[in-house]
Amino acid sequence: MVAETAKLNIDGLKLSYGSKQVIHGITFDIQPNEIFGVIGPAQSGKTSMLKVINRTIDFTADAHVEGTVKMEGQNVFHVKDVYEYRRRIGMVAPLPVGLPLTIYDNVAFAPRSFGMKDKDQLDELVQRCLEQAALWDEVKDRLDTLGTMLSGGQQQRLTIARALSHQPEVLCLDEFSIAIDPVTTMKIEDVLKELRNEMTIILVTNLVQQARRLADRTMFLLNGDLIEVDETEKIFSGNAQETKTNEFVSGAFG
Amino acid sequence: MIEAANNAKKFTETTVGRNCRFTEKIAKSVFFLMTLTMVLPLLLIIGFLFYKAWPALSIDFVLELPKNGMRAGGIWPAFLGTLYLVLISLVIAAPIGVMAAIYLNEYAKENWFTRIINLAVINLAGVPSIVHALFGLGAFVLAAGLGRSVLAASLTLAVMTLPVIIASTKEALSAVPMSFRQASWNMGVSRWQTIRGIVMPNSISGILTGIILQVSRAAGETAPIMFTGVVFYKAIEKGDLLAYGLLDQCMALAMHLYTISTQVPNVPDAVPFATAVLLLGVVLLVNALSIGLRIYLRTHRKW
Repeated sequence: MVAETAKLNIDGLKLSYGSKQVIHGITFDIQPNEIFGVIGPAQSGKTSMLKVINRTIDFTADAHVEGTVKMEGQNVFHVKDVYEYRRRIGMVAPLPVGLPLTIYDNVAFAPRSFGMKDKDQLDELVQRCLEQAALWDEVKDRLDTLGTMLSGGQQQRLTIARALSHQPEVLCLDEFSIAIDPVTTMKIEDVLKELRNEMTIILVTNLVQQARRLADRTMFLLNGDLIEVDETEKIFSGNAQETKTNEFVSGAFG
Repeated sequence: MIEAANNAKKFTETTVGRNCRFTEKIAKSVFFLMTLTMVLPLLLIIGFLFYKAWPALSIDFVLELPKNGMRAGGIWPAFLGTLYLVLISLVIAAPIGVMAAIYLNEYAKENWFTRIINLAVINLAGVPSIVHALFGLGAFVLAAGLGRSVLAASLTLAVMTLPVIIASTKEALSAVPMSFRQASWNMGVSRWQTIRGIVMPNSISGILTGIILQVSRAAGETAPIMFTGVVFYKAIEKGDLLAYGLLDQCMALAMHLYTISTQVPNVPDAVPFATAVLLLGVVLLVNALSIGLRIYLRTHRKW
């Protein structure tokens, strides 16, 4: 793994909210077009880490970040246009959030706000994103109904379509399957396998087996510390370097 | 057999079940009665007002000037004055209030400065109107040199309604779930675009409702305007919509109602009631405007 080719380098990242430190200096990198799994019990700093990566941590008033996050070699805390930077990263939250807009507008909202006005171009983009999120066939006849009227699983796929609408290079999924049924989960997992050809995927999950199914490499976070990051096979082989990793993936705690 | 017996047992009425349904009925009727108690006085008041006002009500009553020392004629100057005061104070207070609330709720970080501002807003909202009246007299009439005028009175009303508009707008904005904003920010959409595209459309009803309530308050208050621009009698052209200049003194319905009920002897019974009906009418008129705006926003923008 040569650092120059990495999509993201995270180096000595520390994060604290007020006086409470939640990430204690973690260092790793993410390669282009890999699915990078992140596992760990609650309160491990997984979600906070994603917030740092797409810089929405800026909106948390008492957050303090140390260390560097580089995307393709550029320190993301020095980028000039933070909105342009956030567009390079798609983010899917744990609970599906259907914005109170029509299905079409849910997907077209972000592109429109960057100035895409051409109707044909928007139509095409909306269709492509919904197709990529495996939702198009279910909603193509009712694009002008409210996105919030969809079922939970559909809304989560709508959220993914929305995250794809600004054509990101990195897609972060934060425990996306927490509120949806197994069938939809498998559908989305298939979607992710397709998407990895086009982008890098960070898959934060509390389903250890999901990381095992999908991830190329997996990182184990525990209470804000990086315990281990390695090939997924290695992590789950039972012969990982750290005993805590072996215990966690075999279900001994967490 | 045992199953059948169990089933039979399941569907027989138990004391617990009976009590449960009984209390349910009681609760429902009590709540319904309370709702009635709220609506009934309102209907009675309106009915009584119209009944008493009926002999005096006519188009001429609205468009005429008061005659014979307020005992006859119409109330056009007061009607128009209230309309001016309410609309001008609204034009001043609503945009400032809404924008200030957006800043406080969406942009401001939690620190001692914003805490003081929030505290000030809440306390100002509780200040009695007579205090606002004295402030208006000192600040607008005397210090700013506006004299006793439509503008000074409107500004005083605006100052009075502003904190409440800020508070109610903030309330409406903070009712929009944080996850909507986060979802929008995650897509690289800026704060302002998020406010315009997601937050405002979802809170506009609440914002307008807060403003509507302040319209009624501004139209009904006598204290803030009696020192700052409203007079007992002002002759203007009958039915002239543009009769008042910003620096003129004017009449107002609330004040007019007060004077003809307490200061002028031998006013026919129907006249004060008809004035009250018109005061209600002005409030409804301005409210209808904001309800119309709400409907327009809902149908004409694809939010």
